[in-house]
Amino acid sequence: MASVSFESVRKVFGKTVALPGVDLLVRDGEFMVLLGPSGCGKTTLLRCLAGLERIDGGTVRIGDREVSDLPPRDRNIAMVFQSYAVFPHMKVYDNIAFGLRMRKKPKPEIERRVKEGAALLQLEPFLDRYPAQLSGGQRQRVAVARAIVTDSPVLLMDEPLSNLDALLRLHARAELKRLHTDVKRTTVYVTHDQIEALSMGDRIAVMKDGEIAQVDTPSIIYDRPASVFVGAFIGSPPMNFMKATAKNGTAVGDGWEVAGPPGMDGKPLLLGIRPENIRIGEGPFRGRVVVSEPLGSHTLLTVRVGEDSLKVVAPADDVFKPDQMLQLAPEPHKIRWMDETTGRAVAAPH
Amino acid sequence: MSAVADRAGRRSLGRQVLIDRTLLYTVAVILALWTLVPIYLIALAAFSERSAVFEYPKTVLPTRFSTETMAFFVGSSGVLSSVKNSVIVALGTIVVALALGAPAGYALSRFRFPGRDGFQLAVLSSKMFPIAILAIPLAVTFIDLGLYDKLLGVIIVHSAMVLPFVIIVTAGVFASVSRELEEAAQTLGTSRLGAFVRVALPLALPGMAAAAIFAFVTSWNEVFAATILTLRERTLPALVVASLNQSPIYFKFAGGFFLIIPSLFFIWFMRKYLFNLWGPGR
Repeated sequence: MASVSFESVRKVFGKTVALPGVDLLVRDGEFMVLLGPSGCGKTTLLRCLAGLERIDGGTVRIGDREVSDLPPRDRNIAMVFQSYAVFPHMKVYDNIAFGLRMRKKPKPEIERRVKEGAALLQLEPFLDRYPAQLSGGQRQRVAVARAIVTDSPVLLMDEPLSNLDALLRLHARAELKRLHTDVKRTTVYVTHDQIEALSMGDRIAVMKDGEIAQVDTPSIIYDRPASVFVGAFIGSPPMNFMKATAKNGTAVGDGWEVAGPPGMDGKPLLLGIRPENIRIGEGPFRGRVVVSEPLGSHTLLTVRVGEDSLKVVAPADDVFKPDQMLQLAPEPHKIRWMDETTGRAVAAPH
Repeated sequence: MSAVADRAGRRSLGRQVLIDRTLLYTVAVILALWTLVPIYLIALAAFSERSAVFEYPKTVLPTRFSTETMAFFVGSSGVLSSVKNSVIVALGTIVVALALGAPAGYALSRFRFPGRDGFQLAVLSSKMFPIAILAIPLAVTFIDLGLYDKLLGVIIVHSAMVLPFVIIVTAGVFASVSRELEEAAQTLGTSRLGAFVRVALPLALPGMAAAAIFAFVTSWNEVFAATILTLRERTLPALVVASLNQSPIYFKFAGGFFLIIPSLFFIWFMRKYLFNLWGPGR
């Protein structure tokens, strides 16, 4: 049993409050992604879990055990670092064996488990090499192998793919996901890459300024962001937001009207809609095409509607010219209403 | 047309490279000769018959090879025991300077502590005190402490002399060892100290070796403090300065050569680590 829980975890660097008080529960065997822009505290939170940073308040638990004040080696965790942190003065074999040796495992067991780990990450041909003789992708796999052979129930990963080139990253992402299905460790994975988060996570915790903005499954995070921040941070291009005011259950924008959320009369609203959830044809929005960018699989349009600028995903076959007038229809059940003053979602209409 | 211009351009570029190379190698050769010729001449005089030293014109080839002078130098009273003293003092200096300097360098590179910048400056500024000013008070203090004419006293002074360099070099070396490596070791089951011993220290060895060379050579060659602080327990340079001053010139050549050897040997042995420290070896 190794769930991970943070309760009011606080971390301060000098005068900067990095984490004001984070609560988060990672279930046993879950792949939890901490996602956020740089400086949002996601790596700090991970390091607090690893024991590499002392927390200034709150509790960290692994399973039933409070580990808040334990050094890293007593926490029974394994970690993959952004720089891989593969020991340059040791051969691949010794790198993978390091954690097992520190745990004083008997020699035959070390040998067996290093071989297993190497097989799992296709490192068998390189066991006799030094890290300097390996490529970036191979080094990354050594770091992963070294972490998983220790059998720690909790696996921490700090942007393990960010130093790989694009193609390799794609491959390594799929490999890591496969690995998680194979070994089923509780995993906490830090990234600023939303594609990694959406494709790998069982759940995603989106972080901003040291606080957790939303924790949920990738599809809910994507479809029903809890705040303007989450909607704008996730998705490429991000969610569109259009200004509106609610009047008698109708949201009135700059030259358009759609059915609005209940109970928000007179308040400033934002209509959130993803670019792929806007159809071209009969609808409440009228706008002028500003830019048309053919992207192969689809065409990305920038359309001016009143004072707002909208990104719209259009079929690749259709041809659009600048200044062309269009009618646009947002899919009603995909609309996400936000309270403009708080930036938070209005109670979902579903 | 453009192809012609291009070719001309490439040719002038090639010529530029050639000129640069020529300059570089000329300077390198001059510098090498500047260092090597005196060493060669000293070696030549040390390994020739005594009378050859006074001959004129000099021969540049060892036509009159003889170990007689060297044998006499090594055999004369006090030389071997002072060599032993010098070795003890130099090795002692390495041990003390690294034992104190490496942790200080590690702290400077890893931790942000109050007074860190001031400490760094203090380390450097200690190099500004000329040993000549300190020598007499130091001798008095050492007599009081019972350290006068003891090898330990010389070791302490030499350690103090090389410590700033050792601290700064090791700080640079540890700064180049990624902190994540030590953290990885900790997550894999070592203590903070264990991570230092198993990861940071092995990776810092080349730089530590360079610091050790420096400590050894500095101590081996240091003559002023060693002369003032010892009377009977002379180190080799102190002996050479004090008692061989009145000796015949061929004898000095032998002494000079004897003093050079260990430094040459040490630097030859450790040079690959020096290249590691100050740039990739080619």
